[in-house]
Order: sequence, then structure tokens, then C-alpha cells
Amino acid sequence: MLYGLYMAFLRRLSCPLLSVCRQPSVLADYHKNVIDHYENPRNVGALDKEDSKVGTGLVGAPACGDVMKLQIKVDDDGRIADAKFKTFGCGSAIASSSLATEWVKGKTIDEALKIKNSDIANELCLPPVKLHCSMLAEDAIKAALSNYREKQKKGPKEQQQDTGLKTAVHHHLR
Amino acid sequence: MLRKTLQAAASRLGSAPRQVPLRLSTVARPAQDHADKQKEELRPLYMDVQATTPMDPRVLDAMLPYLVGSYGNPHSRTHAYGWESEAAVEKARQKVADLIAADPREIIFTSGATESNNIAVKGVARFYKQRKKHVITTQTEHKCVLDSCRALEAEGFAVTYLPVKSNGLLDLKVLEQAFRPETSLVSIMAVNNEIGVVQPIAEIGGLCRERKVFFHTDAAQAVGKLPLDVNAMNIDLMSISGHKLYGPKGVGAIFVQRRPRVRVEALQSGGGQERGLRSGTVPTHLVVGLGAACAISQQEMEYDHKRISSLAKCFIDKIMENVSDVHLNGDLERRYPGCVNLSFAFVEGESLLMALKDVALSSGSACTSASLEPSYVLRALGINEDLAHSSIRFGLGRFTTEREVYYTAEKCIQHVKRLREMSPLWEMVQEGIDLKSIQWSQH
Repeated sequence: MLYGLYMAFLRRLSCPLLSVCRQPSVLADYHKNVIDHYENPRNVGALDKEDSKVGTGLVGAPACGDVMKLQIKVDDDGRIADAKFKTFGCGSAIASSSLATEWVKGKTIDEALKIKNSDIANELCLPPVKLHCSMLAEDAIKAALSNYREKQKKGPKEQQQDTGLKTAVHHHLR
Repeated sequence: MLRKTLQAAASRLGSAPRQVPLRLSTVARPAQDHADKQKEELRPLYMDVQATTPMDPRVLDAMLPYLVGSYGNPHSRTHAYGWESEAAVEKARQKVADLIAADPREIIFTSGATESNNIAVKGVARFYKQRKKHVITTQTEHKCVLDSCRALEAEGFAVTYLPVKSNGLLDLKVLEQAFRPETSLVSIMAVNNEIGVVQPIAEIGGLCRERKVFFHTDAAQAVGKLPLDVNAMNIDLMSISGHKLYGPKGVGAIFVQRRPRVRVEALQSGGGQERGLRSGTVPTHLVVGLGAACAISQQEMEYDHKRISSLAKCFIDKIMENVSDVHLNGDLERRYPGCVNLSFAFVEGESLLMALKDVALSSGSACTSASLEPSYVLRALGINEDLAHSSIRFGLGRFTTEREVYYTAEKCIQHVKRLREMSPLWEMVQEGIDLKSIQWSQH
């Protein structure tokens, strides 16, 4: 029993002298903008994908470790009234898609199409190895807008069926 | 003064002050200014023992004399400084040998398991290359073994990389079929550093001895944690790493069997130290540290194993009870309990690591590697790539406390639930969509 106490004391000594629930440590490698978006993500959620005014974009692949779903709701003025996202991916991917939803709100569709991955990367100070996250966010915006435009071309019944999720095909509107 | 510091430290930890023998050196803390002190306090819990282990205080005690007063070169034959260093090195050699039931003449000190692996794979293959040009290894070996094999292939050797079963274990029949008349070496690690599975070392040793093929095992994660007997298990070469068994970094050893004698071509030329196999001044303080770490591990092995097994069981049970769709990677029975590799479906590994910011962990996810490729060990198990991206490795060691384990489990459960709420894959699965039916856009 004394031996057990001695071991317990040695364990205390070699552990850092702090109690378990102190303040969290500094994440040295992430930029604070990324951490901010990650800890307080804006616009997480879902819109009704069968709504005729909602465009849904689903990009990426689980095998690559990055999947983003971005939805936009366009009001009668042609401006994006609401945007929601969900992401399976690293902190930078979550931050990129969160920032994307923030930026598209209030813009028209044409203005939203102008958002570039480089703008997202600069805002979040993404390192080179994480630049593909911002590219995927740009693709997600474009996919959502493309889905919305296609829905407008079809009739109301077809719009309901087009949830954007059957084939998540990569769209480029240039 | 020292007693006051101890009492202050103990009262901060919330326990009654104790009488402490003054020999223990770790409690002396130099004066620091306030900002430094605060920074030091914000340290994460350490749950990454497979990467490296904290040094046992008793190891540091053993090393200190050789860093201050007894600084002689152990190869200096003409004065007392050299003689005392040499004596210390030989004592350490005996301790390392005792841990694996070897003879001290069979232990060669190196700079670490990477160097030991290089010596074993390249040294043996090159020595016997006149008549034998084939080497067998597995797909889940450590990078240094795989890279050494690749270097051998460039020199004209044939290398077979055996696949493993989905539980991470090697199928012995597959190994038997891979043997050729010109096979000189089989290299298979004892305990995998990523998933913790324990390979059937004794059986593999038996197969190799029958066919007179040398058997090398990278036992960096096994030495000091599992009982090893090089003669009973028919092991011809074994790699040992100092910093995986609570010893110092920068030192390791290689065991080279004498009966039957294994000949090795030296990689490093020089003054012929360490029986000509590894020239260079033996770093006395590091080697003494390794010896002390081995002796301590021999004493503590059984107790550590019991304690870590029960902690790991609590941890896994708690997580499995509170979170669905969690996979434990690697065989459930034949494993080292202190290495727990879990895949949390629909949640990406790096984002979970970011959430668990006050715990030091590692992941098999692509996003944590510089090459953006998910862990090759997990891929060799044949698990889905998205599960490879969702894996986290929890390491429990001698100094891991129950409180740390509970805290980690609770935070993990909390953040997995939060990240699943943010995950489109989880949403789709909840709606009943089969993820395999979706055509994903490639990037």
C-alpha cells in the first residue's frame, strides 16, 4: 500500500502541476480567425431543401475527408436572405464554409458568384496546405447557386424533387 | 526553503503536505516571472504516449551525475573519468539485456529505434546479399522500416510487403507462402504504434528459425510494456527506443543474437565502438537513462499493465455507452491496452482534435499530415477512407491518471455530439440516405 502511495506521489510530480479543468491551452498553429469560426460557427443548420427558393450545394467526398453542404435562400428581390452550412472536415474547412455563409448573405446571386477562394483564404490566413478548404468553400457556393438557378428553370413540381443531393455534381458557373 | 516550496505545491494540488525525501530532484523550481508561470500552467493533458513518453523522475536522477561531474568519455581507457563512464555504460547494458532476457554482449546502443531499424534491415540484407536477396515485411511497419526496404529495392533487393487482416494482425499462412529460398530477413513489429495490435511474435520467430531466416522485430512500443524473451521467441534482432519507455530521447538499442550468430554490415564507420556495429562515442548519460528506464519498467511492468488495462477499459466503455457509431481499430483481444485508436463516424479527426484542445492527442486523418494522405496503417486494415479520416489515437501510460481519462472521455463525447450536429453526413444518415449511393464530386 505504501508502494502504491509512493507511485501516486511520483505520478503527481511528473505530471504538469495543473488541475485538470484549467483554462484551455493555446492552439499555436491555428490563426485566431479560424479558431473563432470554429468555436462560434455562424449559420450551422439546414434549410428546407424542397423549398423552391432554396438552393443546395453538396461538394467534396468523405474519402477525401472534406464534405461541405451549403444552402442559400433567395428572396423576391433576388438577394440571398439566408444561408446555412454543414461540414465534415477539419477546422479550416469548417471555418471556410462558415465564412462563406456569412459573406453570401445580403448579396445577389451574381455578386455571390464573385466570391473567390483566395478571398476566403486571405481572411482566414490559411497556410498553403489548407488552401483546398477555401477552394471547396467556393465550389460549395457555386454549387448552391447553380442548384437554385436550375430549380428556377424547372416547374414547381420538379423543383420539389430537385433536392441537390441525388448527384452532388461539381458545377462551375463562369 | 525546499520544504516550503513542496508545501505550497502540495496545497495547490489540494492534498495534505507530505514529508519528502530531499533526494528527489524534480521539485526544485527556478524563479520565474509571472507571464512565464502563467504560460507554463496552460499545458494540455498528455494522452499521446505512443508519440513519446514523459521521462520517469527516477531516470532523470540516474542521468544527472553523468551530465555534471562524471562527464568522461567511456572509451577513454587511460583515466578514471573514462573508467567510471565505461562502468556506467556496462551496468546500463546489463539492465537493458535483463529486460529482454538477452546477454549484455548482444546489446548495441544506438541513437534510437530508427537507427536500430536501419541497421537491422539494411545491415543484415547487405551482409548476406551474395546469396540472399529477398526481404519480407508488412504494410503496417513504421516508416523507417518501410523506407529502409525501399532503399534496398533501389539496390536490387526484392521486398515483399505482406498485407494484414482487417484486425491488423498478420496471417501466418500468408507469411509462410511468402518465404523463398533466397529470403534473408523478416521484419515485423511487435506492437503497432498506431492501433496497438500485438503480432504473434513467438510463432513468427518459430517459422523463421525453422527456415533459417533471420527475424527482426521493431519492439519500440513493446519493450518495457509486454514481457519479451528473445530466446524463447526466436528473435534474432530487436529494436528498442528510449523515449517510448519513459527514458530519454536520442537513445535506443539494437539486440543482435549471438547464437545463431547474426552478421550485420555496419552503417556507420568510425572507431569501431559497440563491437564495430555502431561507431561513435556512446552518450553515457543517455545510455544510463535507458538502462534505468529498462530496470524500472521491469519492476513496474505488471502493475502498469493492470492499471492501464483498467483505465483503457473504463475509457472505451464510457465512450461506447454514450456515443453511437464508434469503431475501435485493430483486434479487440490481441492488443496493447494503452493504445486506443477510435474512429468516430461522420466526424473528421482534425476538427475533433481542435475541439479537444486541452488534451494532447493524435489522429490518422489526412488533415494532420503534411502530405494530406490518411494514415497508411488504417488503410492497410481496409477500413473505409472516411473512417480513416475520423480516427483519433488515445495513449494511456504510466503517468496517466483516472481524472485525465474521465475528463478526456467526457469532452470527447460532448464534442463528437456537437460536431455531428454540424456534419452533413450525419444528417444524411439520420434521414436514412445510404452514403454509398451518392456520387460525390471529386477534387
